[in-house]
Amino acid sequence: MSAPRKFLKGNEAVVYGALAAGCRCYFGYPITPQNDIPELMSSEMVKAGGQFVQAESEVGAANMLLGAAACGVRAFTSSSSPGVSLMQEAISYMAGSELPGVIVNMVRGGPGLGDIGSSQGDYFQAVKGGGHGDYRCYVLGPATCQEAYDHMIEAFDVAYAWRVPVMILGDAILGQMKEPVTTWTPEVNADAGKDWRLEGAKGRPERLLKSLFLEDGALAGHNAKLQARYRDMQALARLETVDVDDADLVIVAFGTIGRIARSAASQLRKQGYKVGVARPVTLFPFPTPQLQALAVPGRRFLTIEQNCGQMVEDVRLALAGKAEVAFHGHLPGNLPNPDDFIQPILDALAAKA
Amino acid sequence: MTTIDLAALQQEGYTEVAGLPQVLADRPMHYCPGCHHGIAHRLVAEVLEELGQVERTICVSSIGCSVFIYNYMHLDTVEAPHGRAAAVATGVKRARPDAFVFTYQGDGDLASIGLAESMHCANRGEKLAIVFINNTVYGMTGGQMAPTTLPGQKTTTSPGGRCASTEGLPLKMAEIMAGLGGVAYSARAATTSLKRIVEAKKAIKAAFQCQLDGRGFGFVELLSACPTNWRMTPLQANERVEKELIPYFPLGVFKDDANDPACSVPGGES
Repeated sequence: MSAPRKFLKGNEAVVYGALAAGCRCYFGYPITPQNDIPELMSSEMVKAGGQFVQAESEVGAANMLLGAAACGVRAFTSSSSPGVSLMQEAISYMAGSELPGVIVNMVRGGPGLGDIGSSQGDYFQAVKGGGHGDYRCYVLGPATCQEAYDHMIEAFDVAYAWRVPVMILGDAILGQMKEPVTTWTPEVNADAGKDWRLEGAKGRPERLLKSLFLEDGALAGHNAKLQARYRDMQALARLETVDVDDADLVIVAFGTIGRIARSAASQLRKQGYKVGVARPVTLFPFPTPQLQALAVPGRRFLTIEQNCGQMVEDVRLALAGKAEVAFHGHLPGNLPNPDDFIQPILDALAAKA
Repeated sequence: MTTIDLAALQQEGYTEVAGLPQVLADRPMHYCPGCHHGIAHRLVAEVLEELGQVERTICVSSIGCSVFIYNYMHLDTVEAPHGRAAAVATGVKRARPDAFVFTYQGDGDLASIGLAESMHCANRGEKLAIVFINNTVYGMTGGQMAPTTLPGQKTTTSPGGRCASTEGLPLKMAEIMAGLGGVAYSARAATTSLKRIVEAKKAIKAAFQCQLDGRGFGFVELLSACPTNWRMTPLQANERVEKELIPYFPLGVFKDDANDPACSVPGGES
């Protein structure tokens, strides 16, 4: 029997991916452009025998996620930029308490209230910590509705395997576009979290999940442990490449912008330009080694983002001394199409000495 | 640390009338002399044991002096961000409906930064309980004004005394909670004397019983002394609770739907 295919919006793919992954608690608060997620969850989660709560705020939703995560139950929340800002306090506490939760951010334009159109302006917030203290989330940047589904399944597995918060960094384009999605159901490890989750201390010593470490040296030790974990997670970094083998110019772009850049590169290929695309799939850990491997002599790089220049800093760090990196920012507030990227790509190619 | 040699005392003819609840850790507490947290901890421990809930309890600790409740209770516990304990507890209870869930929060935590989370949790009728310690001041951060600080009360951020016209009047949480639809039980008690402690224990037990009966949200406010930040001796602070706090924050049960047949749910916890 072939795998069932569904015609889904990105937001809907997130919901069905989460349910397939065994998620049984959803906490959320409405904000455009991700309202399909709580709306669909309000019926689908209940049908699946789980819990749906429309929280009083994004602050409440993220802290409900923290509580469910402490119990070792697969749970997630979703929001869009201003709402995710409100969630950062809880995400920091989850990171500090080593709790596995999943947070979906369908990014909209900012700063402030911005607009409800697509943007990649939350890259810094997602990959550099976002809340207070030294921590990272595992961050995935889906470009298709299929990836929105698949990444949700991966998100729960990584969250539980590494005891870290995981963020899906989508955008308004992904949330609202509709594509065929091949659905599948993974095997879920019911024992995940068995050694730390809270369930009542029957027959064993009590357990404590906290982020407060006051004894001299205790917090330093805790931070060292977390940082070692983030270093080890580098093994999970992934970069998708297209037509890079002979490329004079490699475009680095993530999420839906990476997909649009791919269309632009494909158009230029037909005209004889040697252009390739490298799309970071994991935004943290950043695919630094994979990018470095592409930095052959004479090759240039162009980072394209729908923001004023955020991921380009990580690309330049990755390629420091090995290749030049140009940047084109498509400003939030404008919806991009492949034609918008043609001239910036030609300019980057022409700049080649 | 002074330990009591029970066997030696019994040989001398003494009889043990009250031992340490098993759920309470046998260690000295960090609370200041005259602070009522120790009494409240013991009452919670006794009630959990009497209701047979210790082994299925998940405690949500909050921010402030009481964050360390987990050092004194042999309970599975998660620490919540400042004010968010009721939201965290909602997540815990929804994830594990079979667990007995309670939060333990101070006045700054519950009534100021966490007012929205507290009231919405209560209004949803989450089947959990909140033990609310009201000592009219921020304790751990050094005695700043709380939402429950009395008019005229001097704190480090109201050095001239709380002024109602610029800083508002104290929030009466037990009465506020009683006005919310999802609340099954709301009461205020004090822990200044043996008689009041017995009443406080009854109130905690009633608030906890709501969860066991599946009736909804249970709330108990305990008026408590903070001698250090009130700049008083323990005895003076205890007297202040009686003479100043209780007249402003009347003791009693403000809502108990166990007495309302229309609100009771037969058949135990749902």
